[in-house]
Amino acid sequence: MEKQVLVVFPHPDDEAFGVSGSIALHIENGIPVTYMCLTLGEMGRNMGNPPFANRESLPEVRKMELQEACKALGIEDLRMMGLRDKTIEFEDPEWLANEITKAIDELDPSLIITFYPGYSVHPDHEACGEAVIQAVKRIPASKRPKVECVAFSNDCVEKLGEPDVILDVSSVQDKKIATIEAHKSQTAGLMAGMKKRLQANEEELMNRIKYEQFWTYKFD
Amino acid sequence: MDPIDISKVQPIIDRFVGKDVYIHLETTNGAYASHFNEKVFSAGAYIRNGKINYTRGKITGDGPYRAGLKIELGWIYAEGLTHWELDAKNRLLMAGHDTDGKLAVALQISETPFE
Ligand SMILES: [Zn+2]
Repeated sequence: MEKQVLVVFPHPDDEAFGVSGSIALHIENGIPVTYMCLTLGEMGRNMGNPPFANRESLPEVRKMELQEACKALGIEDLRMMGLRDKTIEFEDPEWLANEITKAIDELDPSLIITFYPGYSVHPDHEACGEAVIQAVKRIPASKRPKVECVAFSNDCVEKLGEPDVILDVSSVQDKKIATIEAHKSQTAGLMAGMKKRLQANEEELMNRIKYEQFWTYKFD
Repeated sequence: MDPIDISKVQPIIDRFVGKDVYIHLETTNGAYASHFNEKVFSAGAYIRNGKINYTRGKITGDGPYRAGLKIELGWIYAEGLTHWELDAKNRLLMAGHDTDGKLAVALQISETPFE
C-alpha cells in the first residue's frame, strides 16, 4: 500500500490515457496524489475543428481542462509549474531536478509516476523523466521511492522488455473516460470515434481503457 | 477563429505598419510526426516576442494564404495560413490548420508582448 503518490508530467492530458485509472484507484484507496504538471501545453496543435481555441487562448482553455480532469479523478493537490510547452529540454536540468527534489522533500512520496527517459517520444516527456530520475538518484538507494514509468516509443518493449506493472483499472473506467473527456480541446475528435468503438466492445481499445502498464525504473 | 478573408485581414496588417510590434511565428508538424510515421521528417521553428517594425505587410494567395512583412533589413514570411482573429487585446492572430484541424503554422502580431 502506498502512502503518497507524486505524478510528474509536462503536459495537461499526459495522465489521461495511460495513468488516470491508476490515479483514481490510489485516491479511492485513500492515498493522496499530487500532480505536478510542468506546462499548460501552450504549443498544442489541436484547436478544435473548426477551431474554438487559438495559440493565445489555448493555455487558459487547457488549464481549465486540467482542473476539470483533476476534479473527475479527485486530485486535490494540482501544481501547475508554469514552464512553457516544448521548452523543457532547454531549461537548466539541475534547476528542474531541484524543483522535483523540493516536492519530494515536502511530500515524501512512496511512489512517483513519470515518463521513462529515452522511451517517451516527446522531448518534453524525455526531459521531464530525466529530471525526476536525477532527483531520485540524489536520495540514498535504501530510501528511494519506487518510480513507475510510462513508455511508448516504438522500441520500448524491445529495449525494456514487457512492462512489469499492469493494473486493472476497470472499476474506475468511468472516471478515466471522464478524465479523457475533460481534455476536450485535445481529445474531442478522438472521443467521438472512441465512444462508438467502445460500444462495439472493440477489444484493443477496451484493453487500453481497462489496463494501465508501467515499467519500474531500475537504478544501477 | 474565422476562415481568412483578405479584404478583412489586409487592413489590420496595415494598421501595424511603422510601429514597434511583437511577433509570434511558428511552424510545426508536431513532436509525434516521426513516431507515427518514421518516414516523416519532423521540423519546425518558433520565435516568440521578436520585436520588429515593418514598412510593408501583405497577405495574398487563393487559400491557404501567404503573408509577408518587410522589415528594415529583411523579411518575415509565413505560408499555409487558413484562419484569423483580432483578439480582445487587439492582436492579429493568423494560423494555418491542416485537414485534421491541427495547427501547422502561426503568425501573430501585437503591439504588446505576448505572455
Ligand atoms: Zn505530453
